[in-house]
This record gives sequence, structure tokens and C-alpha cells, in this order.
Amino acid sequence: MLGFVLRRIAMAVPVILILIIFSFVLMRAAPGGPFTKERALPPVVLENINAKYGLDDPLLVQIGTYLKNIIFHFDFGPSFVYQDRTVNQIIADGFPVTLTYGFWAFVLAVLIGGALGIAAALKQNTWMDYLAVGFSIGAQALPNFIMAPILVLVFTLWLSWLPGGGWWGGPGDPNSYTSYLVMPVIALATSYLASIARLTRSSMLEVLNSNFIRTARAKGLPDRTIVLKHTLKPALIPVISYLGPAFVGMITGSVVVDMFLSTGGIGKDFVQAALNRDYSVIMGITILVGMLTILFNLLVDVLYAWIDPRIRY
Amino acid sequence: MTHVTNVETAEVVKGRSLWQDARVRFFRNKAAVASMIILILVSLFALFGGMLTPWSNEEIDWNLMGDVRTLGGPSFETKHYFGLDPLGRDLFARVVQGTQISLMIGIVGALISVVVGTLYGATAGFIGGRLDNIMMRIVDILMAIPYMFVLILLLVVFGRSIFMLFVGIGLISWLDMARIARGQTLSIKNKEFVEAAIATGVSTPKIIIRHIVPNLLGVVIVYATLLVPSMIMFESFISFLGLGVQEPLTSWGALINEGAGQMRYGTLWMLGFPLFFFLISLFAFFFFGDGLRDALDPKDR
Repeated sequence: MLGFVLRRIAMAVPVILILIIFSFVLMRAAPGGPFTKERALPPVVLENINAKYGLDDPLLVQIGTYLKNIIFHFDFGPSFVYQDRTVNQIIADGFPVTLTYGFWAFVLAVLIGGALGIAAALKQNTWMDYLAVGFSIGAQALPNFIMAPILVLVFTLWLSWLPGGGWWGGPGDPNSYTSYLVMPVIALATSYLASIARLTRSSMLEVLNSNFIRTARAKGLPDRTIVLKHTLKPALIPVISYLGPAFVGMITGSVVVDMFLSTGGIGKDFVQAALNRDYSVIMGITILVGMLTILFNLLVDVLYAWIDPRIRY
Repeated sequence: MTHVTNVETAEVVKGRSLWQDARVRFFRNKAAVASMIILILVSLFALFGGMLTPWSNEEIDWNLMGDVRTLGGPSFETKHYFGLDPLGRDLFARVVQGTQISLMIGIVGALISVVVGTLYGATAGFIGGRLDNIMMRIVDILMAIPYMFVLILLLVVFGRSIFMLFVGIGLISWLDMARIARGQTLSIKNKEFVEAAIATGVSTPKIIIRHIVPNLLGVVIVYATLLVPSMIMFESFISFLGLGVQEPLTSWGALINEGAGQMRYGTLWMLGFPLFFFLISLFAFFFFGDGLRDALDPKDR
């Protein structure tokens, strides 16, 4: 097992390196730098700025410095647009927020989606099953950027139950912490909840129709034991392999949530940086998200290998 | 005697091919048939909707422009059937044009993935061994990258354009398809007809194209119809952020974003019409794809 984990980590390292180098080269290859403004700067000023940010070094030296700073200091350098903020500060400001609502969205999607799928499979071909299946096919068409406006329309503009965006401002805030959390979480979770419900249902059905469950029934085990002890574990294996893509999707979706609901996570910084050509911020966030994704996939793989004895590692 | 009757009944009962079977199964699924009709209607709207309105998607109606919020609503008198957008342009014409772009992105994305993904997966699966290992590792690595962030990075570096969107979609859409095609190839590559082809000396590329790929089609078609909506969502996501299609062109995502930005002022038609088209089309695509899957791939029922 340890060997398997180590091997997976060894594979993840080059992927991260490739991601860093790729995005670095791409950024430098772009026509026009971050200081190319509509009003051209005097050449001397431009030279000075370039020297300050190390942009006049040879490309290889630049990559080396960049890599060194990330690996040894976890330092993504200064922002090219905001003089007083480093990329690390921008990430430190926004990332906790993103993680908070991302975490709850993930929990919601997995728990409710899973429960819905299991219930639908156990009551196959009843109205409940049809309802769950219809919902899970339809809700795939409700990605975060559709859900966010609809939620604001219903809960803020029509019902006035929830604040139309923003994030909790501390104890003096008239709205509760949860009220800020509801819309981001639902907007992010809906389409993944649907996919997880669908996956769980079909893999539950497959397991329920398999020979070993028939044997368990034949020897008179109570339904409860059959479902809890024998069906759930094998049925959840395909669901676990979906967690990786779901995680990536939610991180990506946070961009929309931050933009539309002004929650103040890193998504908004990312889009802002993309529009301002703030290279170091774009790269910093891309690399961070890439690392997280790879780390998460690693966890999923380990979980997968641990739960499914057929996987050789 | 019995022998004779057997032959007679055999002549009366006509055999049904796999595709006929699938068609019967598909048409029994009411949601799927209704979805197909909706999709045909939406396509007709995209193709011929422009003929129904005197306005173009770029023209500003100067008479109403100053007062879009009160006068710009949907009306037959002004011939703005869906009302105006915030800048005073005809929303009907813009929805028609946005539908064209969104559908086109979906179809092109699915086509790229079908061609590239199927060939890639079939090659990896059929040849196997070390090549298979390397090819699938590459897919694994590409899948581990948060592609939406990388695509936004690409759009920033090379400028925002439809062309770059297609490149971005082309880069990622085939990955899943390659995996599916490979899995399917592994299950058929040891069948007798492939063995026969190898024994008669057919070259490897020819076996892949003539014998393997046609047998993947059922699965590939099902998956491709499900890819169309996910490509549309992909593009809408980017356009919703303002990084996708650029003015004067538009797409569902851009229109929804525009409408959502205005909904606090009560001009709900700007959100409603694009959202309606987005939702019915995507619902239809998903139910259609689901019906196709049940029809062509009965094991999942």
C-alpha cells in the first residue's frame, strides 16, 4: 500500500512541474506584457519595471527562480497589477472562503445524491424511483451559472429571504453566516448531486441483481443486513471514482459563484486577473488549483484501492 | 411434418435487426421522443428564426434605446418579440444568433471528440502493450489538469475568440471518449472476426478503421449525444464569465449573463428568453441521450 501511494506521488510531481512550466512559457510567449497599456510607457520606465520584476533575465533563469520560490518558499511572487499585494496574499484572502462553501457543496452533493440514488434503487420502478431518475437527468442541465441567477431571483428578489450575495462580515452583520452560505452551496451542488444520484442508483441496481446478493437473500438474511453490509460497499466504488471530477467541477464552478454572488473567493481574483493580464496571479491560482486537484485525485485513488480489494497496487 | 411447419413459421416471422430493435425501444420512450421533437424545433429556430424578424442582432433600435426598461419589453407592435437587450438591440435576433453559436459549439465539440477520441482509444486498445500504457497515461495526465483554468489562461494569452474556444474544446473533449472507446475495443479485439482479419493479413490501421471502429459506434453515438450538452455548457460557462464569444456575436451563456445582470431592475425578459432556450434544449439533449442509451445499450436498463 505504501509503495502504491509513493508511486502515485512520484507520478504527480512531474504533472505539477509540467503544469508550472507550461503555464509559465505560455505567459511569457503572450504578445504584450502586463505593462503594455494603451498609453505606452517611456522605454526607460519599462526597462526599470522589467528589471524590478526580473522580466529582463533570460527565460530559463526566470523559470528557475519561479520554481525555486514555489518549491522552497511556496511563494508565487508579486502581483503585476496591484502594487501592494502579493499573489500569496490574494490567495490567503480568498481561498478560505472558496474552501468553505466548496466543502459544504461537496458534502451536500455526496450525501443527498448518494441517499437519493440508494433510495431510488431500493424502490425500483415506484413513483419515487421515477421522480429521482427524472430529477437526476433534468438537474444535469442546471449547472452553477444557471442555478446562481435563478436562486438570486427566487430567494432574494421575490422572497427576500437571503442576501443576494456577499460574504459574512463578522458578528455585526445583520444576516447570519448560514444565509450567505445557502446560495453558493446549492448553486454548486445541484448538477453534481444529480450525477451522483444517477451513478449510485445504477451501480446499486447492478449489485442488487448480482449472484452474491441472491445468495444472501436465499439464505434468509434480513434486508437491512443485505443492503448495509453487502450491497453498499461494492455499489459505492463507481461513485468514488466520480469524486475526482466532481471536485474539479466544484473548484471550477467557484469562479462563477465568486463572480455572480460576490462571495469573495479566489474565483473573482482569477477572472479579474485574466482580464487585467495579471500573469503572476493567473499562474499562481492555476498552479494551486492544479496541485489541489492532483492531491485530491491521489486521495481518491488511495480510497479506491483501499475499498476495492480487486485493485492491485 | 413438424419440420415443414417450422420452416413455414420461420418464413412468416421476419427477423429484426439490432437497429430496428433499438428504434422500437427508442420510440416507446415518450420523454425521449418529445425531446427529439424539441431539438428539431430549436434547430429550426436557429436556422430560420432570423427570417421572422426585421431586426438584426447588431442593430440598435434608436427609438426605444433610451427607455429600454419601460418600453423595451416583448411586444408585437414594435416587432421586438422578445423585447430589447440592455443596449437596445433586438433580443429575438440575438437569441437566434446565440442559439446558432451554442448549437454549433456543441456539435463541433462532439464531432472532434468522436473522431479523435474513437481513433485514439481504438488504437491504444487494439495495439495494446506499452503503447497502450503510454497513450492512456497521457490521457490520465491531461485529465488531472484543471482544464477550465488552463483554457482561460489560453484565452488570455492568445486573445479571446471563437477559434480559441474551439481549440480549447478540442483539447479536452476527446479524453473521456478515448477511455470509453479503448474499453470497448478491449472487449471486442479478441472476437473471431478480428482474428479472421488478422489471419488474412489485413494491415493494422485497416483493421482498426474497418473492423473495430464500426463496432464501437453504438456506444460512441450514445456518448456523443451526451457530449453535445456538456460542450454547450462548457462554452456557456466561459461566455457567462465574459471570456468566450465576443460582441457583436453572442451565445446562450453570454445572453444569460447579460440578462442576469439586469434582473434587479425588473427587466426579466432579458434573462427569461435565453434561459428558456438553454433549459429546454439541455433538458431535451439529456433525455434524448438517455433514451438513446436505453435503446442502443440495453444492459443498463
